Amino acid sequence: MTKLITLSEAINKFVEDGDTVYAAGFTHMIPFAAGHEIIRQEKKNLILARATPDLIYDQMVAAGCAKKVIFSYIGNPGVGSLRFVRAEIEAGRLEWEEYSHFSMISRLQAGATGLPFMPMNPTAAKDLEKANPFYRTVIDPYTGGEVVVVPPLKPDVAIVHVQRVDAEGNAQIWGIIGEQKEAAFAAERVIVTAEEIVDEAIIRSDPNRTVIPGFIVDAVCHVPYCAHPSYTQGYYDRDNSFYLAWDEISKTPESVNAYLDEWVYGIADRMEYWEKLGAEVHERLKVASLPSATVDYGKY
Amino acid sequence: MNEITYTSSELLTINASRLLRDGDVVFVGVGLPNLACNLARRTHAPNLVMIYEAGVIGAQPARLPLSIGDPTLVSGALSVCSMYDIFAFYLQRGNVDVGFLGGAQIDRFGNINATVIGEYDHPKVRLPGSGGSMEIAAWANRCYIITPHQKRRFPEKVHFRTSAGYLSGRSEREAARLHGAGPLAVVTDLGVMEPDETGELVLTALHPGASEEQARENTGWDLKVASNLKTTDPLTAVELGILRNELDPERIYLKGGE
Repeated sequence: MTKLITLSEAINKFVEDGDTVYAAGFTHMIPFAAGHEIIRQEKKNLILARATPDLIYDQMVAAGCAKKVIFSYIGNPGVGSLRFVRAEIEAGRLEWEEYSHFSMISRLQAGATGLPFMPMNPTAAKDLEKANPFYRTVIDPYTGGEVVVVPPLKPDVAIVHVQRVDAEGNAQIWGIIGEQKEAAFAAERVIVTAEEIVDEAIIRSDPNRTVIPGFIVDAVCHVPYCAHPSYTQGYYDRDNSFYLAWDEISKTPESVNAYLDEWVYGIADRMEYWEKLGAEVHERLKVASLPSATVDYGKY
Repeated sequence: MNEITYTSSELLTINASRLLRDGDVVFVGVGLPNLACNLARRTHAPNLVMIYEAGVIGAQPARLPLSIGDPTLVSGALSVCSMYDIFAFYLQRGNVDVGFLGGAQIDRFGNINATVIGEYDHPKVRLPGSGGSMEIAAWANRCYIITPHQKRRFPEKVHFRTSAGYLSGRSEREAARLHGAGPLAVVTDLGVMEPDETGELVLTALHPGASEEQARENTGWDLKVASNLKTTDPLTAVELGILRNELDPERIYLKGGE
């Protein structure tokens, strides 16, 4: 059965005020178009979870969608500070819950695999463990040593962008695979956005590349260029100059609001956004082809 | 002989690259460590295996990546895995030889603060946080810290211990039985500090032209100087040429200290 709907319908149907949202992707394939749609639909009191909140959550926090962030690194990757989230935290206006990368991802792993917690070896840096009561320690029943544990993270909704998906939601990813699979399996509801909607036969021709099976997916949305200013491996490049520009834009609430007015509220959907970026940006983000050698699964 | 001029970023990067050994598996961070690793691969360590926390193993970046998850890291890499796998199979399992670390504050025992200045619950300055540094500092076999030498960066004690150096002394780290040996060197623009038998960072080398006095003035604790204080080898034209012409021609990272 097809799950193809528009992104606007998917956000309207599957994201509710107060939800814990995990927009997946470690630098790669961050679903910016979904974040923008959430802003346009004025969702409120969301708990925004991501290892690296990135500009997408900086924008959603600036737009007033969030009451809390859960993260392991709040920087603008490669540039510096994530200014808006940082300022809100420093001003005491935004709740936060913080982990290291491994413990954040371990929370998702526990959520995705149905375990009550995930163990990790101790790191001996205990200040964050003291500051965040979700960190606990338990005794390893086999050796008597201590291990650090974190509870499952089970988002209400995960949003995952992929290169290609069929209408039922069988989704294939290549390039950096970060925590997309874990986020999808951990979540109650899953929205998949994709550069391309393909026939089921394409998916079946390369089953090792399928990261998310359709039967855990609720909505499939065809959203080319969904990830800009992040990127989609093999489709378009990361817009590093926008990441640098955001460092300036995010210096004042006025310039952030002006950005949101022009590029989010003033835009109907991702197609309009992409057109508005213009030919120069399209050209700059073009990627030359570098296909993999094909593999032969054999006919049995 | 003509005197070679260079920026402090170039000085840091080249000295960091010399710490890498051929065949090392290195967990690469963005910025100067990334340049240092790529420089080592083009000079004395052609078999360096570069791992990125985004889940890329054996990257051969064709261009300088701005972020740690740049697509150029993926194309031509040996392997790509999930974030859970990179931290569990590679780092926690003990398959990483070298980690590079930085941070807003580094204390006398090499503990790092990348989290907060002021109180945690009421931050005066909220920093980006751990990312992978908590695990890198604990589990990479050898860690190196790369940072400019400034008094505010080297307090006696960090406000928040984001990642472990030698804790309150080498014996405490040993008691914690971590896989990694801890920070083996702190490379600054003045010289190199290394832990003594108690885990305290002491000045063991100066770069050409830098003085003991400068190092002591720019350190927040009473910095001891090793009895066999060395001078680091001068930067070579080959190293500077690769950095400037091949790795960072637009001087995105190397302009620091000009």
